[in-house]
Amino acid sequence: MTPLAGIVAVVAVSAVTIGIGAFGLRISRTTGDFYVASRTVGPVANASAISGEYLSAASFLGVAGLVLTRGADSLWYPVGWTAGYLVLLVFVAAPLRRSGAYTLPDFAQLRVESRRARSVSSVLVVLIGVVYLVPQFQGAGLTLRSLTGAPPWVGEVTVAVVVLLIVASGGMRSITLVQAFQYWLKLVALLVPACFLLVTWQRHRVPAAGRLDVADWVEPLGGPHGLYLTYSLILATFLGTMGLPHVVVRFYTNRDGRSARRTTVAVLGLLSCFYLLPPVYGVLGRVYAFDLVRSGGGDSVVLELPSRVLGGSTGDLLTAVLGAGAFAAFLSTSSGLVVSIGGVVSQDLLSRRMEGVTAFRAASAAGALATLGLTLASSGLAVAHAVELAFTVAASTFCPLLLLGIWWRRLTAAGAVAGLVVGGGLSTTAVLLTMFGAGPSGAPGAVVAQPALVTVPLAFLVMVTVSLATSPPPQVSRTMVRLHAPEHLALDRGSYHPERRHELHREHHGGEPADEPA
Amino acid sequence: MTESGSARRVRVSSPRAGTGRRRRPSVSSEIDAQTELGEVYVRSLVRTQLRLAVEVTLALAGTLGLLPVLFAVVPASRTLRVAGVPLPWLLLGVVVYPFLVGLGWLYVRRAERNERAFSELVDRR
Repeated sequence: MTPLAGIVAVVAVSAVTIGIGAFGLRISRTTGDFYVASRTVGPVANASAISGEYLSAASFLGVAGLVLTRGADSLWYPVGWTAGYLVLLVFVAAPLRRSGAYTLPDFAQLRVESRRARSVSSVLVVLIGVVYLVPQFQGAGLTLRSLTGAPPWVGEVTVAVVVLLIVASGGMRSITLVQAFQYWLKLVALLVPACFLLVTWQRHRVPAAGRLDVADWVEPLGGPHGLYLTYSLILATFLGTMGLPHVVVRFYTNRDGRSARRTTVAVLGLLSCFYLLPPVYGVLGRVYAFDLVRSGGGDSVVLELPSRVLGGSTGDLLTAVLGAGAFAAFLSTSSGLVVSIGGVVSQDLLSRRMEGVTAFRAASAAGALATLGLTLASSGLAVAHAVELAFTVAASTFCPLLLLGIWWRRLTAAGAVAGLVVGGGLSTTAVLLTMFGAGPSGAPGAVVAQPALVTVPLAFLVMVTVSLATSPPPQVSRTMVRLHAPEHLALDRGSYHPERRHELHREHHGGEPADEPA
Repeated sequence: MTESGSARRVRVSSPRAGTGRRRRPSVSSEIDAQTELGEVYVRSLVRTQLRLAVEVTLALAGTLGLLPVLFAVVPASRTLRVAGVPLPWLLLGVVVYPFLVGLGWLYVRRAERNERAFSELVDRR
């Protein structure tokens, strides 16, 4: 195909994204604006923004590729990524918004009143964020290569530069508008070509014997340890969503706990619409692009289909539309992750040396550039593996912290830190072993490849056991009122306030209202 | 204003006022002071909301969560076709999504009802 349409698509998406970002720059002024858009975002825009941020390279390209190669079992990925929001809705959405925390470290410090729990959480946020960023950058490289034939580093550098321009110029305010726009772009970009492809497929019944009716592919639980792997994946995705740093930071943009809930239901609806589409590409790929199964190029099936099924200028045009959608997916998820890494690093590492907005810009730039370096150095890791790692680590660390912190008074600082360290350490080790092909074989190999079913219960167990042996934080009753009482009631919710904390930071160089005794 | 004996104002008050009956403290001040009663109110709100959340989770686990077991235990469910589409693909590719949205919508309605009940309790006095 001609590279021109692809280049135009990528340039257009980048230009519109930066354009909306620059528009946001004129509105956002203070530190609060930068982090969370001053809570003036409506629920529909906010739900679109959350969905736009959430639907990454793994959703736009990866699901179709997995359906193409692995069949029925891979349908659990989009199901889990959606159901994760239901679990988040019922356990976390409203209390997290009411906590007033900008970030997961904020929440940790508020709830267990410990500086150490905050630091451990900050490290985990950066770890999960970078792990999730690397496959986004890699996906951008692959996409630009299949659109234009350019080497992968061109796409990786392009994404990094555009993300930095958006984030450093407008912060969250512009990000919210950008993300909302990108949800709808992604949906249309996947929907319109799918309609063309399906109509063409209906007209010319292409024989697909031996491709769609293979038992291994069409039936679930194929392969060894199918049941364990499926349940482990379910646990990682259902529970991991709530612990992703770029998802959590979004909840502060809701007006109150009630609107946080309503926004989350809207997100469920938007994600449900989107996730109907990727399996269509996977199935059509089985008919039209079966060679990708053997060549291991499953991730590119979404981009390959239009030229193979339709060809000509229609095919080129639809490929460009899909390329634009894919690029939107990398941009939105990457900028959300860079914002959350930037927020955490600037608050916890740089705020004593720099003024808020400057620190945020510096931290975001450092995060994006470090990830870019890592991506360029480590080419060849599978996109799906890294995304699974992020979910598994989040489910093994922040999920128990949030669930126990919100619903169980007895959670203590020592318990939280112990659980975070054990869950994070084990899950990270397991997936690193898998990534570098150093995992054992047989049943232990299945555990290492998909460790959530082991590491998540362990993290819970450690957090509960250590908490029972230590004493809960002094202000826990006040914190419970804060997390659960509706905002309109005039109640004492304690003194912790992230916005004021920032002011204090700058004036007193780190006076923490809710600090533990040294 | 001139003073005349007949137009003199008389304060009328209940004979029981000030005779030992003190005003009870409001629920919100009980909660703020973290009295035993205040704690009971907060704990009951948390417990009600937790019960609701667990109910929704059990509904999710008892349906969607049992599908892999169903596929493993009843092999026929893996190959059964509904309107030409294999059952696992129909369930996991389409049916599951409206189910999740519906469950979320039901949860929000009941969670808001619980909060209204708590608010009325706190505002009553």
